[in-house]
Amino acid sequence: MRFARSTYPTPQLIDNMKTPAPSLWKATFAIVRKDLAAEFRSFELVSAMLVFSLLVIIIFNFALELNIEVRKTVNAGVLWATFAFAGTLGLNRSMSVEKDRGCMDGLLLAPVDRSAIFFGKALSNLAFMLVVEAIVLPVYSLLYNVNLLRLDLVGVILLGSIGYTSVGTLLSTMSAQTRTREILLPILLFPVAMPVLLASVKACSGLLAGDAIEDILTPLNLLIVYDVVFIAVAFMVFDYVVEE
Amino acid sequence: MIEVRNLVKRFGLKTILRGLDFSVAPGEFVALLGPNGAGKTTFLRILSSLSRQSLGEVKVAGHSLPNQAAQVRAKLGVVSHLPLLYPDLTAEENLRFYGRMYGIEAIEARITEVLKMVDLENRRKDLVRTFSRGMQQRLAIGRAVIHNPEVMLFDEPYTGLDQDASEMLDDVLRSVAAKGRTVVMTSHDLVRAEELATRFDILSRGVIAASISKSDLAKTNLLAFYKQSLES
Repeated sequence: MRFARSTYPTPQLIDNMKTPAPSLWKATFAIVRKDLAAEFRSFELVSAMLVFSLLVIIIFNFALELNIEVRKTVNAGVLWATFAFAGTLGLNRSMSVEKDRGCMDGLLLAPVDRSAIFFGKALSNLAFMLVVEAIVLPVYSLLYNVNLLRLDLVGVILLGSIGYTSVGTLLSTMSAQTRTREILLPILLFPVAMPVLLASVKACSGLLAGDAIEDILTPLNLLIVYDVVFIAVAFMVFDYVVEE
Repeated sequence: MIEVRNLVKRFGLKTILRGLDFSVAPGEFVALLGPNGAGKTTFLRILSSLSRQSLGEVKVAGHSLPNQAAQVRAKLGVVSHLPLLYPDLTAEENLRFYGRMYGIEAIEARITEVLKMVDLENRRKDLVRTFSRGMQQRLAIGRAVIHNPEVMLFDEPYTGLDQDASEMLDDVLRSVAAKGRTVVMTSHDLVRAEELATRFDILSRGVIAASISKSDLAKTNLLAFYKQSLES
């Protein structure tokens, strides 16, 4: 085997452009801005999640021909089933955009801490989910004749959404690398996200039944712990998840 | 600039690279040729830190892989047959995003410079999804050089391009190489490889089966050398 010398002249530095590696947060917000800009153009992801959510709550509205008292007990369940299914749609789409055109490789080639990719995608997914929730809540309130526009309830929904999107982003990154990602994500996600969904339903049910915050501390604490644990776990393992 | 010793890559029980040795001097343009399944893409993915080797030493731009992957990625530009661009963003938004990911200062001036280089300045505000395949590939090269890398890896950059687009890409590749960058390109297009590269390595059955410089190629032709290397 022979190795030839180059026929090009000795290379000079192309120019003295400074490229210090961006910080974790700069890279994270670059990804969030990119995702929001792309979604603002296409409205593919949010519109799909929104139409799906509205259809689900309308179907439930007709399917559950219940009296007002019984409805009160199922509101939180219907709401979170809607958010969970719509969230799965969004998570799948958000990661397949990166995978289909090789953009995930583009992200992985950047000289940034790979946790920035996780945080960037998780924050974008959270933003999309919150937009959908912000539209679904008033519609749900009208259809089911219940006031969901309450600060305490919104706080619980925010906590639940943080937990759901953080674990969902991690698992959708894993499932995006398989051929059956649309099927695989819910199969992986729902069992792992079960504690966050149950705690969210429990906390929302309590609030809708008129309980005070002190009465729902158990599910609320579970939600907070779940959020912290899953964000920490994702931060630690994301590098291995994206590795080939 | 690139040093690879005894590189082995296994996927499960299947061994793709079998003790591959490879080195590239600064400023060299190496065409990595070989049949489908020879391991060219796997090899480039290891060089670009997208995949880990099972065994062996890999050094790119003075940094070891996988331990110093971030330092390697800062000095590396990669172009594959996929453009790695976001279709719902404009050309300049794509470059701005990647510029931010590489921590480029004076990013707007750099975007203009890069768009000029790939001859897309008049399309800077257009969405990438409206671009032809050739334009996307030129912008992909712009994306890969936005941070001014010392080493460029091209994995089948001509895939899916028509004749005109391929000729334009030739010019862009020449300008990338002429700036003293070290380039490794995989290709099935022997004619293009012969025009652009300064050295030709044949990858077969997971090792570099043969290597020849452009000056030595004058005594034979690349196709004959390629066939002979695969048969031996």
